Amino acid sequence: MTELSMPTKPALESQAPDGAMPATRINASSRFCATTGPAKWLLPLLLLSALTIAPFIGAGSAFMLSLLARAMILAIAALGLSMLVGGAGLASLGQAAMLGIGAYSVAILDLNGITEGAAVFPVAILAGGLFAFLTGLVVLRTNGIAFIMITLAFGQMTYFLASSVSSLGGDDGYTLYGRTLLFGSKVLRDRLVFYFVCLGTMATVWMILAALLESRFGRVLRAARQNPIRVQALGLSPYPFRLLAYTVSGAVAGLAGGLLANATAFVSPAALSWGRSAELLFMVILGGSGRLAGAVIGALVMVLLEEILAENLTYWRLLYGPLLVAIVLIRGGEFGRRKRHA
Amino acid sequence: MQRRMVLGGVAATALLPSVGRAQPAGVKIALVSTLSGPGAALGNQIRDGWLLGVKLRDGKLGGLTAETLVIDDELKPDSAVTKATAAVERDKVDFVAGVVFSNIMQAIARPVVESETFLISANAGPSTFAGKGCNPYIFVASYQNDQPHAAMGQVAQDEGYKRVFILVPNYQAGKDSAAGFKSRYKGEVVDEVYVPLNQMDFSAEVAKIAAAKPDALFAFMPGGLGINLVRAYRQAGLGHIPFLSCFTVDESTLPAHGDAAVGLFTTSTWAPDFNNEASRKFVSAFEDTYGYVPGSYAAHAYDVASLVDAALKQAGGTADKAKLRAALETASFASVRGNFRFGPNHFPVEDFYLCKGVKRPDGKFATATVRKVLSNDPGAYTAECRMG
Amino acid sequence: MTLQLLLVQLLNGAQLGIILFLVAAGLTLVFGVMNFINLAHGVQYMIGAYLTAAIGAWAGSFWIGLLLALPTCLAIGLLLEFLVFRHLYDRNHLDQVLVSFGVILTIEEGMRALFGSAPLNVPRPEGMDGGVMIMPGLLFPTFRLAIIAAGLMVAGLLWLVVDRTRVGMRIRAGATHPAIVAVLGVDIRHLFMLVFGFGAMLAGFAGGMAGPVLAVQPGMGDSVLILAFVVIVIGGVGSIRGAFVAALLVGVVDTLGRASIPDLLRLFMAPPDARQTGGALASMLVYIAMSVILAFRPAGLFPVRPTGPMA
Repeated sequence: MTELSMPTKPALESQAPDGAMPATRINASSRFCATTGPAKWLLPLLLLSALTIAPFIGAGSAFMLSLLARAMILAIAALGLSMLVGGAGLASLGQAAMLGIGAYSVAILDLNGITEGAAVFPVAILAGGLFAFLTGLVVLRTNGIAFIMITLAFGQMTYFLASSVSSLGGDDGYTLYGRTLLFGSKVLRDRLVFYFVCLGTMATVWMILAALLESRFGRVLRAARQNPIRVQALGLSPYPFRLLAYTVSGAVAGLAGGLLANATAFVSPAALSWGRSAELLFMVILGGSGRLAGAVIGALVMVLLEEILAENLTYWRLLYGPLLVAIVLIRGGEFGRRKRHA
Repeated sequence: MQRRMVLGGVAATALLPSVGRAQPAGVKIALVSTLSGPGAALGNQIRDGWLLGVKLRDGKLGGLTAETLVIDDELKPDSAVTKATAAVERDKVDFVAGVVFSNIMQAIARPVVESETFLISANAGPSTFAGKGCNPYIFVASYQNDQPHAAMGQVAQDEGYKRVFILVPNYQAGKDSAAGFKSRYKGEVVDEVYVPLNQMDFSAEVAKIAAAKPDALFAFMPGGLGINLVRAYRQAGLGHIPFLSCFTVDESTLPAHGDAAVGLFTTSTWAPDFNNEASRKFVSAFEDTYGYVPGSYAAHAYDVASLVDAALKQAGGTADKAKLRAALETASFASVRGNFRFGPNHFPVEDFYLCKGVKRPDGKFATATVRKVLSNDPGAYTAECRMG
Repeated sequence: MTLQLLLVQLLNGAQLGIILFLVAAGLTLVFGVMNFINLAHGVQYMIGAYLTAAIGAWAGSFWIGLLLALPTCLAIGLLLEFLVFRHLYDRNHLDQVLVSFGVILTIEEGMRALFGSAPLNVPRPEGMDGGVMIMPGLLFPTFRLAIIAAGLMVAGLLWLVVDRTRVGMRIRAGATHPAIVAVLGVDIRHLFMLVFGFGAMLAGFAGGMAGPVLAVQPGMGDSVLILAFVVIVIGGVGSIRGAFVAALLVGVVDTLGRASIPDLLRLFMAPPDARQTGGALASMLVYIAMSVILAFRPAGLFPVRPTGPMA
């Protein structure tokens, strides 16, 4: 199957009825989740095991625990985005909106005296998913660079909205005095417990998303990314599948937002900034948008690398920037694939 | 987090075992400041002012060797929370000082206070901590955020301006500044315009101002916003309308303003031309060490160093928290602002001055005092504070 | 708002639009011709501003600063292309995005290390003091008129080059069928290098011209970059004509929005709420406009048909 990447497409392609822009289809590997059998589970298993034993082999300090917890929370959001990018071929620059909405759900409920996790987390998930669904109705009518820009636009609008709501602190943000209760208990206050809650959540989300991508739903999604015309010829419209994928990724980001609010005990519009959206996208790309594990790898690498470098150097970005560039250049295209011209 | 170890002597370094509160020979301070991004000009001043205060005391505060961990909050609240938490939990600092921006201060207040570490702000002074949210562990040595704006409102009132145009950015501090100004200015507000934080071009707003023909303009436009505004203002020929501002025309932005800022007004707790000994010593040492003119940000940070020094001497060390707090509340030291004392809510009771931009004979730009506007102003929120 | 004020605001909007066009033109050229997403375009704009300010301060003249900054920007652009971007033409868009982000981080940090974080003082362009009295009490600075003139000139130049010269023909051909063009004996690599370098120089020129009007500080490229992307998406990627129209549109909508929305809202709301909501709404206006346009015309206002950028 040819990689569809030329600035202009054969006549059939350019008449794509969903208004796709010919020149700028976001191109991820056609071999998403290509490895089959036991090998597919190896990398995720390794990562999860490493993270499970990490607190007991040197990363047990309060600082390292909160750092890794933060990395895993961002990994959760990145996993949702990875499904969109690698699975559906939709690079969204607006994930921070859902992440922030999840975080603000915790804040709003806290403002109204509700801190029980059994209520708070489902609300965060629902809020993120609902926002994704509603915006997805509009956003998914576009493709390529237009899609990226509209997701960005919605992200920005949410950001401006959050900045102007004074009761939630506006730009100054909202401080949470106490973590979410889990069935009445303050168990989340313990750093180790919180760490494992994040780890468990990440593992669960990962498995669910992997299963989704392997299912019929996932196959249609991936097929639609590669060749929407063919999918339509088979009698299926890509639109509802993409909408579902978008909604799910929003819900996942909402969940991550709820956890993030707990991790930092503070919610501010900065969580919604386009810089955060870009950061999530970079995590996905860095780890490799061809597989879900890439999101986790990317998140861990970016958070840890940033921390190590900033710790020791004044102008650490002078090293970080070239490192990012080098990693991408050396890694090669998705599994070595290259775009082809003409 | 950048580890900047500033120790008194090499011998002290060799003698210091691993860090911990049981360490009798030293005091550790985390200096949280914005050292990257647009706010860095202010953050640099705070860092430099603090470090100068420590340096001029041979690296000791209260007789104890002082170790400063300089932390860059990057104006990202969640990043700041992580780093501040690390500072109090992993590095076990005795004080957290600095903080340029209010949202960063709000973010780090909880972890710092919960670990029973003192948070001493050299700049941010949100009303949350001045009134109902006042806290035994939180001290603000600069001013309460509304005060400079209120002082400018008093100026407008005193000058008899009947119609004033207000121009501020559309975020919490901007709204607070407009409210602060209006708390003392009782004339007519011709228009109140809120601009986006990343506004680049002020020609539209400047046109509005020209059309409205106010007696004066009140603007709160920090950093790059202020530079764009002043330039557009001057180029449009509006220089004849008095420019009353806060944090728009100060030493952090004057070098970029250049001649355009000469004659524009601002209110402040301090200006480099203050005539007391502590201030003169500070200004000359600062310019010798760092090569640029200090603004009130650096001056406040320097005062925090003096405060900590005096408090440590009075309390005899960091061991007894209650004693240390009492010492912080009552310590007397030679402030660059002249007399300095805290109010009951741990915010200063101080004077405010009208200042304006000038070009010094040596070619550098600074602010110069015009007159005192408010005397011993405690700020508007003191009554709401219910600290035991 | 009086008619006079409205016209003044329109002029302000047009001027902002011209600056955006100068930035977006290079971006859309690179994107359209080489199918390469260059996020680093924003830092190329910033480099132009910094170089103009620094060289101008050293030489004592803004114009000399601008003149010397341009070839430097070209050189830096070519260097970046040679070192980094050249290897990415074959790669997918996401990798290009991440690499250009890495370049942004490096260059911005480098600028911060060299020049510090405080905004830079820009020398006043000589011979451009004063202005035109367009309203009682309001001068429209001569330099801003110069920006408008420069923008129009650049637009004309680009049209001329791309539509009427051999080089332009090769560029258009290279955008459509690079392999065939290569087979015909034209060095595609060479062509792409040319386009990229020219795009970088254009961005640097925009930065240099914008310096006296906007603040020169690290991060100045980021806000401009987002707006530039909005412009090229509205205009149609790869279309210079689209970039011109879209830039003017964005500039005018943004300026008029900021100038009039709070006042309009005051008809329905209490003044303090109107002002603050108006401010927030005005910020969102450009994005709302873009979303609406894209909803009806996903390929932009002037979609690029297979015949190339100036179609």
